[in-house]
Amino acid sequence: MDNRNFSDYILHLADNVLILGQRNSEWCGHGPVLEQDIAITNISLDLIGQARSLYQYAAELVGNGATEDTLAYLRDARQFKNCLLVEQPNGDWAHTITRQFLFSVYQRLLYTKLLQHSDSRLAAIAEKSLKEVTYHVRWSSEWVIRLGDGTAESNERMCKAVETLWPYTGELFLPSSYEAALGKEGLAVNVSSLQADWEQQVREIFSEATLPYPPSGIWMQRGGKEGIHTEHLGYILAEMQFMQRAYPGLEW
Amino acid sequence: MVATTGNISVSHIREILESVTDPEVPVLSVLDLGIVRDIKVNGPVPEIVITPTYTGCPAMDMIRMNIRMALLQHGYKEVNITTVLSPAWTTDWMSEAGKEKLRAYGIAPPHPKQQVCDMRLFDEEAVQCPHCQSYQTRRISEFGSTACKALYQCNNCQEPFDYFKCH
Repeated sequence: MDNRNFSDYILHLADNVLILGQRNSEWCGHGPVLEQDIAITNISLDLIGQARSLYQYAAELVGNGATEDTLAYLRDARQFKNCLLVEQPNGDWAHTITRQFLFSVYQRLLYTKLLQHSDSRLAAIAEKSLKEVTYHVRWSSEWVIRLGDGTAESNERMCKAVETLWPYTGELFLPSSYEAALGKEGLAVNVSSLQADWEQQVREIFSEATLPYPPSGIWMQRGGKEGIHTEHLGYILAEMQFMQRAYPGLEW
Repeated sequence: MVATTGNISVSHIREILESVTDPEVPVLSVLDLGIVRDIKVNGPVPEIVITPTYTGCPAMDMIRMNIRMALLQHGYKEVNITTVLSPAWTTDWMSEAGKEKLRAYGIAPPHPKQQVCDMRLFDEEAVQCPHCQSYQTRRISEFGSTACKALYQCNNCQEPFDYFKCH
């Protein structure tokens, strides 16, 4: 096994949940109602907790004094390997819900496969996270239905959110170079194999939400997993990493 | 379950752990909560194996520290605390005594996992009000004051209360 590929893979998984957690946390104190403000920040907490488990593991694999903190706070945008979907701006509540739903359905399928991974530590992290992810799928599915099948305005906003975010979903199912290399040895989930199940689950919820399922053939963006990001990631990192950049080694 | 090496015994450590509580739910000991997975006394330094409730639970660091402090206070010179993720913690590991303590504290205890933990949407569990015992309750939010709780309100006595959600 190529260690670099495997540590990249763990970093990719970690970056996905860290960046989505960071995005969701921007809602803290700004949620549409108090209960949902608490919900979205609780989901952030779960995602950041999952990220910590993955970064702690990645730090051991990377070595050279890396820690979960250096990996989160001292890498630059080109070194982040998260999917483009999770770095997209919060927009309105419909965008945030749609982003969470599309990602959580994917994450649940992916982590279910990771339970069988031959690396027991990765399998354990997936097992621990999966229960939380299931809760996220349920919560976001309910919101997709509630808003899609809600008022004319909420439906319109959901349609707009789906249209905006859809081009970032294709990348989820395109193996990166490290996934492809590890996949040959059975050490990475073949993400393209998750696509049919993902589409079916999204289709079912969209149908119940009276949201049109986007037509095939839409141009899909890619690059995040290889470090080529949208313009949004730099701003996220600027905010998230500010303290460690301005005051290196600062501790609470 | 008494294994003794010198003067270190599992039962003695268990007694001490009874006094270490969850900082966010202070009526529950770490044993009630089911997060202590193993106590190893093979060598000179006891090892306590714990597992987190939720991956992001901010209480874990404090729990780790409190376990260490309690053992040091009882004369242990050193203690190793290790964390395992698998098998993943479930509310089914909470002791019956723990569930009763929760109820008395005003938090509805978790239902058995098999009953309700699945993907059904818009499904409301019939949660019993810890104050007036009515089942006429409704969910206010799937997420509550901590990662492990959901927020409910009783239609009978009108009191809002936390439900320690099944996980």
